[in-house]
Amino acid sequence: MKFAVIVFPGSNCDIDCYKAVEQTIGQPVDYVWQTATDLSAYDAIIVPGGFSYGDYLRSGAIAQFAPVMAEVVKAAEAGKYVLGICNGFQILTEARLLPGALRRNKNLKFRCHSALLEVVNNETPFTNEYSKGEIIDVPIAHGEGNYYCDETTLAQLKANNQIVFRYVAGANPNGSVEDIAGICNEKGNVVGMMPHPERAVDKLLGSEDGKRMFTSILNVWREQHGAAVNS
Amino acid sequence: MAQQLTAKEPTPEQIAEQQIYKQMGVTDKEFDLICGHLGRKPNYTEIGVFSVMWSEHCSYKNSKPVLRRFPVTGPRVLMGPGEGAGIVDIGDNQAVVFKIESHNHPSAIEPYQGAATGVGGIIRDIFSMGARPVALLNSLRFGRLENERVRYLFEHVVSGIAGYGNCIGIPTVAGEVMFDESYEGNPLVNAMCVGLIDHDKIQRGVAKGVGNPVFYVGPATGRDGIHGATFASEELTEESESKRPAVQVGDPFMEKLVMEACLELIDTGIVLGIQDMGAAGLTCSSAEMAAKAGNGLELYLDEVPQREEGMTPYEMMLSESQERMLFVIEPQHEAQAREIFERWGILCAKVGKVTDDGRLRLFHKGEQVADMPVKPLVDECPIYNKPSKEPAYYAANAQIDTTAYGEVTDLTGALEKVLASPTVSSKEWVYSQYDYMVRTSTAVRPGSDAAVVTVPGTRKALAMTTDCNGRYVYLDPEVGGRIAVAEAARNIVCSGAEPLAITDNLNFGNPEKPEVFWQIEKAVDGMAEACRVLDTPVIGGNVSLYNENAKGAIYPTPVVGMVGLIHDIDHITTQAFKAEGDVVILVGETKAELGGSELQYVLYGRTEGRPPQLDLALEKKVLGAVLSAIQGGLVASAHDLSEGGLAAAAAESCISGGIGAALELSTDLRADHALFSETQSRILLSAKPDKAEALLEQLGAAGVACARIGTVGGSSLTINVNGQAGIAAPVTQLEKVWKDAIPCLMN
Repeated sequence: MKFAVIVFPGSNCDIDCYKAVEQTIGQPVDYVWQTATDLSAYDAIIVPGGFSYGDYLRSGAIAQFAPVMAEVVKAAEAGKYVLGICNGFQILTEARLLPGALRRNKNLKFRCHSALLEVVNNETPFTNEYSKGEIIDVPIAHGEGNYYCDETTLAQLKANNQIVFRYVAGANPNGSVEDIAGICNEKGNVVGMMPHPERAVDKLLGSEDGKRMFTSILNVWREQHGAAVNS
Repeated sequence: MAQQLTAKEPTPEQIAEQQIYKQMGVTDKEFDLICGHLGRKPNYTEIGVFSVMWSEHCSYKNSKPVLRRFPVTGPRVLMGPGEGAGIVDIGDNQAVVFKIESHNHPSAIEPYQGAATGVGGIIRDIFSMGARPVALLNSLRFGRLENERVRYLFEHVVSGIAGYGNCIGIPTVAGEVMFDESYEGNPLVNAMCVGLIDHDKIQRGVAKGVGNPVFYVGPATGRDGIHGATFASEELTEESESKRPAVQVGDPFMEKLVMEACLELIDTGIVLGIQDMGAAGLTCSSAEMAAKAGNGLELYLDEVPQREEGMTPYEMMLSESQERMLFVIEPQHEAQAREIFERWGILCAKVGKVTDDGRLRLFHKGEQVADMPVKPLVDECPIYNKPSKEPAYYAANAQIDTTAYGEVTDLTGALEKVLASPTVSSKEWVYSQYDYMVRTSTAVRPGSDAAVVTVPGTRKALAMTTDCNGRYVYLDPEVGGRIAVAEAARNIVCSGAEPLAITDNLNFGNPEKPEVFWQIEKAVDGMAEACRVLDTPVIGGNVSLYNENAKGAIYPTPVVGMVGLIHDIDHITTQAFKAEGDVVILVGETKAELGGSELQYVLYGRTEGRPPQLDLALEKKVLGAVLSAIQGGLVASAHDLSEGGLAAAAAESCISGGIGAALELSTDLRADHALFSETQSRILLSAKPDKAEALLEQLGAAGVACARIGTVGGSSLTINVNGQAGIAAPVTQLEKVWKDAIPCLMN
């Protein structure tokens, strides 16, 4: 299974995502620069965190126009796995791969700390190794993580089981609608989340609850491609 | 404003006759020397260049004689002071690069950008050595948070640091913040950066090879920050506000690109010399690179990328526009270098040439506009041995018996007051705004004695901290200076690391005042002695003088940034109590030392008397014994005793562990003294029950005083003194007081 980590000018969690793929599932992974126009070699695409293009406009608003994004959209439509983390989530909403938007944190400050998440949907390719309702410890680090969508969209998200993660009750760090921390598209192959699973793959660094996001996806891919495949 | 700057420049005659040089901080005597070096009167560009190069900020003309007292070498030191940053060997062909730098004056008038560009500047110092920056720290001082202006400064300095560090993707892992009236109007903002490098990748800022081209990379030069270095070398006054244009504006996104491009360039092995354009911008970088190589340099200013129209040579040379670098390569590598910068979308311009005549010559619009000898510019600023005089307060303080204050009877109440003091309280309000986890190497997060960052691909890790108690240094600069180094070392050891070296940021008042100069001398003597005894040489640093305002000088605050090496990640230790039943051990003897203590400040509103004393030989023994116990696997938690003494340390170990402790002290001291004295060389340890005896034995054998004082467990902290109830409170209650203090004052 082959991973791409997209790199925009200003991405800064690209290395962490790359390392997390190597450490958790040992699958081949490449950095892919934002000018790339062909992602056909990849089975899964990670859009990492950071401050793409400095995020001097709205977070992710410029990155959506990078050449590689047309390919990311294509890959998502083809059913490949796309994971947007933090700035990557913001970019995926700007690119309309995911509904809603991410506004500034309610207290207007950047917030970095461990966060407890409830796994709401464990049926996505990224979460199938978690139990439904399980509480996991995955850190956050963002200034614009306040997920918002209108009521119609929210109703759809709920009806389609598209809410993947919620902050546990009373511990919403950014004021997001219904404590939403991560969502997926209708098909479930595109997931966006503000917390950083790639920062939670090693006990020494505080938590390894993010590991299963990577093992989940490898398992799903193997199921689809036959257990014998291992590359 | 900008238009005025481009107005007709004064002639050399006018500069001399109207003494225009004085506005740039150049004295009559210095002006005469400059005329001597040139063999004529300087023109406006030349006097501008000389004035910044001869400012305290660039020349250290007032501090050099004192700085020479620091030990700067050691078996592990690969590079000492003089380059962008110092470098220390950590084995396996790897080295750690670090430096601290101040941005006090800019932050006093424009806190967000002042702090942000301070961070940007220190990061450039690290990657210009060829190192990958892996961590940031900062040491901050403010007035009291009850003051509205102080809250404004605090809030915006913190967001400036966050804004820059978070965006560029270097974790801000540690630091300290203290609050005291003495910093009102003159906050201290010291930023430190730590990087990793392989020995064979180390770069230097030298203009090597006559005829080689000099390249400028980074954003275009604007009119921002002109005379920033000079501004940093004056006292803050009412008019300082009008110098806001002397504060630069930072662009962390640009710096991220410049950093990645420069590191990629360095990786190719074609770079002969590279230096960042920091204080005094193009002037300082070009002159220093030429001087270090013993060469000269020609700069073609029309080639310098410019953000505004009609910029003069004076403005281009003195601009402190951020995120710019200068480097030298051989001409045949030009295309290779350009390709890298083009890919990263960074401007790259050939702006000069290395010459053999030892002169810095500037060309603009077809004319030579300046011609100055490099060596005098860089190395021959007059050095001043300032008069030094013991201030009256020092002798007066010797008469004050700080142990004679009325005895505190409500000890739990006193602990809560100490924990609620913003200096002691939780700094979560600050560090939760910093991304301290990016790069996924942060093994110990902010809030313990020192932060720990792992070294990828090895079992090694680096511990890092900044420390300085300005109250101690004010009360006794020599002892306070010693304590600053010793406390940093203690924090490093408590996290399981061997102290390696320090970088220092000497923040003082106006050195032209003999009493201030006395503080500088004494503090440096104390620090130097501690560095010698503890084997932690000074590998670089920064001097920030003139930290004064209408109310007087700040407390002398020589901040120590220290890095230590953890040989194996299994040795990583934190201050948090770990498990029910663990044995609590106090290392060191407690004396009644309340001068400059947090208790004195919080309960009595005073800072007086003599600070705690420090026996360096004892300190060394304690550090050695505790480190070897940690390395031997005997220690569950370790916490340095500092502000607030044993009571505060015990509370912090409970709070961070989320568990209580029952302690019993037996002492000849008054209970309040035993609990809140700030006697040095003390460490609070805990150990698993089956390791406690071995730990006590090992510490005893090393000749270190230690005592079993209780057990970890339950949900309350209780400390009895000689069988009498002393402190008793649920940990959650203490935690609330400790955590809420800063948010309450800020909201």
